[in-house]
Formats: sequence, structure tokens, C-alpha cells
Amino acid sequence: MSHVPGLIQSIERSSAVLRLLAADRLRVKEIADALALPKSTAHGILRTLEHVGFVEQDPQTARYRLGRGLLDLGAAGLDVNELRARALNWADALAARGGEEVRIGTLRDGEVLVVHHVFRPDDSAQSMDTGRVLPSHATALGKVLLAFHPAAVEALGRECFDAYTRRTVTTHRELARQLSETRGRGWGLSVEEWRPGLAGIAAPVRGIGGLVVGAIGISGPVERLCDTRRQARPGLVEHVCAAARSVSRDLTGPH
Amino acid sequence: MTERYVLALDQGTTSTRCILFDRRATVVAVVRGEHPQSYPRPGWVEHDAARIWRDVQKLIRRALRDARIEARQVAAIGIANQRETVVLWDRATGVPVAPAIVWQDTRTDHLVAGLDAGLITERTGLPPATYFSATKVQWLLANVDGLLERAARGEVLFGTMDSWLIWNLTGGAHLTDVTNASRTMLMDLRTLDWDQELLDLFGIPRAMLPAIRSSSEVYGTADAVLPGVPIAAAVGDQQAALFGQTCFAPGEAKCTYGTGGFLLMNTGTTPVRSRHGLITTVGYRIGDEKPVYALEGSIATAGSLVQWFRDGLGLISTASEIETLAGGVTDNGGCYIVPAFSGLFAPHWHSEARGVIVGLTSYITKGHLARAVLEATGWQTRDVVDAMNADAGLALTTLNVDGGMTADNLLMQIVADVLGVPVARPMVAETVSLGAAYAAGLAVGYWSDLRDLRGNRHRAGRWTPARDPVQVAREYENWQRAVQSAVFFTLRDDPPPTK
Repeated sequence: MSHVPGLIQSIERSSAVLRLLAADRLRVKEIADALALPKSTAHGILRTLEHVGFVEQDPQTARYRLGRGLLDLGAAGLDVNELRARALNWADALAARGGEEVRIGTLRDGEVLVVHHVFRPDDSAQSMDTGRVLPSHATALGKVLLAFHPAAVEALGRECFDAYTRRTVTTHRELARQLSETRGRGWGLSVEEWRPGLAGIAAPVRGIGGLVVGAIGISGPVERLCDTRRQARPGLVEHVCAAARSVSRDLTGPH
Repeated sequence: MTERYVLALDQGTTSTRCILFDRRATVVAVVRGEHPQSYPRPGWVEHDAARIWRDVQKLIRRALRDARIEARQVAAIGIANQRETVVLWDRATGVPVAPAIVWQDTRTDHLVAGLDAGLITERTGLPPATYFSATKVQWLLANVDGLLERAARGEVLFGTMDSWLIWNLTGGAHLTDVTNASRTMLMDLRTLDWDQELLDLFGIPRAMLPAIRSSSEVYGTADAVLPGVPIAAAVGDQQAALFGQTCFAPGEAKCTYGTGGFLLMNTGTTPVRSRHGLITTVGYRIGDEKPVYALEGSIATAGSLVQWFRDGLGLISTASEIETLAGGVTDNGGCYIVPAFSGLFAPHWHSEARGVIVGLTSYITKGHLARAVLEATGWQTRDVVDAMNADAGLALTTLNVDGGMTADNLLMQIVADVLGVPVARPMVAETVSLGAAYAAGLAVGYWSDLRDLRGNRHRAGRWTPARDPVQVAREYENWQRAVQSAVFFTLRDDPPPTK
């Protein structure tokens, strides 16, 4: 007989709290009484729900109500401009350490929306890429975002994808294989799949609960990002992953 | 060999940051803590200095933990701080004798009104204003029982935030740096020493004042938190940003967008006197070298307007959402916000003015208001740049920007549009902290010279003007009319004209 995991009591209780708050604005004590819970337990549940944005506390009345995180459950749960503001320092540090330009992207309609762009630190003429949309199947940022978004590839709704170079992944099957590889190692790579001569390395940025809310990555000439066997240079991968971890920590840590 | 780092403390108006930099000036760890603002009466703004010192100790420990380094790997500590804010404390106990009066506080309006502007500007480079420290100290001495007598006996000490932190970090060294001293309205800009005539004018005993030192030298070593680590720099936050942006040549300028907006231009080793209400100030002084002066124009309300939009109006839940909201509309819908929350600063200097929102129609949505909030920062920048160009006889060619608000791409584009010049962001947005780190690192030989620092400078982003200049000119006229409205609105309090 296969083992079926039991139901998780704290999630049941959290759901009950949300049902109560859907009807009224309540104090901790009222919620505890309604559910016959110790006040400290109710308080712990409320604090956790507040942390994930599902409930809010009115600072004047101390009453809890449903949070706006519930209203935009369909959205990523993080404002892209907030993501940029929180990532700013780490993106700069990544550009400085890696010596390459840095982009932060989020998934929008199956494609990559560039929400932040840091120039390559060589003071050459470059233009801002923020707001631009990049193909998800042909970029490292896109592969990372697709890899950690369960239904994203199916949602693309296509059997084959546009070819930008002769190396672009164009079949569903090959993309699925690469996404699985990306998930497994925790970072993504694209080598001359979007623009000839260019490569990219990217890693996921995680918000509360481990949800991937974006990807951060570098891009530059193949010979600088990869070795002669077209594999990503380990030092750069470490820089990218460290930057992604730092941003994630900033998004989930205490403030 | 173990890697070493420089630790920068940026003790700002709304928060304190602690940042560790490596030799290439990249951020290794950054932690921040917000502290409460107290508004006990209209126009009053206070901080709890003891709370700020506790925050600083916590943040230093957290930064070391985040970077996984030990105290001995810190080569030096540099301090950048909110300027002009006045802390008075008991020399024997180290306890503040009153809440710190913040630079934004306008309670000393009546004290400023009677001042001899000619004398003060000639001596200090500053136009008399509630903004600077002198009248705040004067007010405390007059309004806290017995304080004047104790100050005269040297039992109560005065300092800006740099002095307060150095005093606590070292366990009793009472000093300040020349950039901070230049903001007190008590220092002679030429001798770089306290001016006895001004001290007499404000009734401030010399015994309570800190010694004035350069911005970059070893003041002492920490005994608390980081035992043995040299404290090697103190710089007012805006001058720190000028230094962090490596604006070492005359004519180079930067604008920092934080709570307020602050534009500083390096004018070299001789002070340039402004004819347009700008401030002449000390930019920095490295050890025994000649001081470098700067022209400064300040915008009182920039990020704090966004904060008000968030906390006061509740229209957004994080500051960054202002860009999302403003991005939902294509223009301001004819609406202008003049955020004269604590008066109008350079080049207008009406400390009695209060904010207005003009151009409201039923068409206006919160998106338009959000846009007007961001544009207010753009227009205020334009006011200051126009004045600075006229004074320095130069035309600004690029505005170097920094500070937290540079994360707002829409704001940066608006600034480029209204100025008609490119806006450039350096690789390290935290230039206030970087400037403090640079000044401290120079003093202990962590970096060798200014050229060494320049080598770290790279551009991270650049916005170029994209809007029709004719349209911008028309809107700038609207803004100027809105500013006049803010001044007009406060005329009500003036005594009626005598016949």
C-alpha cells in the first residue's frame, strides 16, 4: 500500500482564518475564540499570513483583514519595480565582479520582460534595455524562468519555436530536456541561441516560500562567458548564483 | 592573506545603512534599519539619538555576519551622516538631554527671521535658514531648563550625527569634520574654525563644540562593537556622495535622490559665492591638503514625498509601486504637486511656504497624482540646475545621479527629459556610503590616491532626453506657476499691510 501523506493541520487552520476574515475585520482574540485556538496559535497564523501578504493589520484598530496578496494571486506577487529596487545593489555588484552587463527579467505572457539592466563596466556606449521583451526559449533568463514555472512551456502553446540562430532550441522536446537540466543544476545557460557570438548565464530569484519571482543573469561574448568546449565558466556561474541568492535573501529576510 | 574590507555607516534621515566594500568598491554586504520619525507638533521633526546608536551597533554586527567576516578584517570605518541635525548630550553619562532636532524641523522660523543675512552668508556661505544647526542649538539652550549653564561649564556637548557616533564608537572623542561643521552656520568658511562672533550671536558656548578635523584622517579607534578598528572618515552625506561619485575635478556634479534631493558641484579650492540662493559649502578635505569647495542646491522633499504617498495617503504599499502606478498614465493630466512640506529650498528659500496640489479636475486619477509626485522631483532638480549653471558660469553636460530613488527608471527618464541632458548612474548606487568608505580607505592606505579611486568608477545606466523640448518648456512654466501658488498660499499668515 502506498503511503498517502496526512492533512496538514496548520493549513486547515489558516484556511479557516481566511474564511473568517473574508466576512469581517477581526482582532486576534476574536479569531482565537471563533476557532477555539490558543491566542498565541492564532497570532502565529496571522503573522505568517501577513508575511506572505494574505492578510493585513490595520495599524489604527489592530484588526486584521484580507491582504492584497490574495487579490493578485494570479500575478507574480511582487511588483517589478520593487524587485528592481531590492536587487539594485546586487545587480551592480554582479556587473562589477563579472565584468559583463546584467539583466533582471520576469515572465510575462511566456516571454521575458527586462525589469532592470546594468551596463557592462567598461564605459562603452550602451543603451538601456529596461522594458524590452526577450524570447524565453532562446535566453538564459528565459530558460530559468520557464524551468521554475510549472505550466509555462505548455502555456507557450506551440510545438516548435522561432529560430534566431542555427543553435536556437526549436523543439518542445529539446527545450523540456534543457529546462529539466536547468532545474537540476539551479542555473541556466544559452550559447549563441539568440544572437551569434553572445552567451548568457542566469539564476532564479526566489521570493517568500521559494517562489521564483524573477531571474538575474549576465550576458556577453561567448569567449568570455564560456570555455573552449562552450561550457559556462564556473567562476562566473558562482557570481551569478551568489547574486541571485543575495537578492532572494533581501526579498525574504527581515526589514 | 585574508581579504580586508572598509565598513561604511550611512546614518540617514529615515534609516541607517551599514555597507561593507571590497578593494574594487563592490558591495559585499548591505544592511539597513529604519528608525521612527517623531512629529510632536506641526513643523517639528525629531529623532531618538540613543535609538540610532543602538541601531548602528546592531547593523554593524549584522553586516559582518552577512559577509561572514570578522572584526579584524575591517580595515577602517567611515561615517557619512544626515547633516545639520542637532544632538545634545550629557558629557558624563552619554545620554542625550533632548530629542535630536532634525534638519527638516522648522520650529526656529522666528529665530531666523531677525538674522543679519549679509553677515551670515559672508561668513559661512549659507543663507540663514531653519535648516542649519545654529538656531536649533540656540532653541534647545533657551527651552530646556538649566541647559545653557551646563553647556557653558562643558557638561553638555553639541554634535551633528557624525560627532554623536564618533563619540560613542570611540568612547569619548568629541570631534566633527569640516564638511559637517560647514553646515552648522557657525563656521567661518575661510578659516575653517568656529566663528566667535556667530557663537556670541546665537549664544552658544564654545565649550560645548567639537573640534573640527579633516574628512579623511584617523580620528581614533573603536572600543565598542569593532574593537581596535580605526575610525578614519566623517563626511556629511551629500559631500560623501560627491566624493563617492569621484567628482574630484571642478565642474563635476552629482545629484543624490533620497529623502531630499541634493545637487553638488565641485568648484575647486576656492569658494564660489552664489547669486542665486545656492549654498557655498566645503566639499571635502583630505588630511592636511587644501579644502575643496562645492556649490549646493537642495530639494527638501523627494523620496519623502513618495513616502507620504505611501504612508500618508495609503495609495501604494511600497515606495517602488509609485513607478508602476505612474507608468499607468502617459502624462500628469495637468496636475502639479509642490511638496513644500518644510518650506521651499534653493533657489527659492521660502521656509514659510507649504505644499499645494494644483490643476485638479475630475479627470485626475491616482496614476496622475503618482506621476505628479515623480515630476515634482524632476522640476525641483531643474530649478536647482538652472541656478547652478548661472552661478558657476557653466552648462551642466551630464547629471551624475545616485541614491535609492535611481532604482526608479521612470523618474530617471523624467529628470533627463526636464533637464534636457543625459542622466548617468554609476555602478554603485550607494555613493554616500562609498564616499565615506573611500575617505576612510584613503586615510589608512587601503586605497592609495584619488586616481586609484577613479579607477573603480563605471557607468551602470544612462537615460537620454526623449521628450519634445517645447512641450517640456510649457510644462516648466506650469510648474513655476504652481510654485508661486505655494508661496501665495502662506501669505495669509503675514500681518496685514499698514496704511
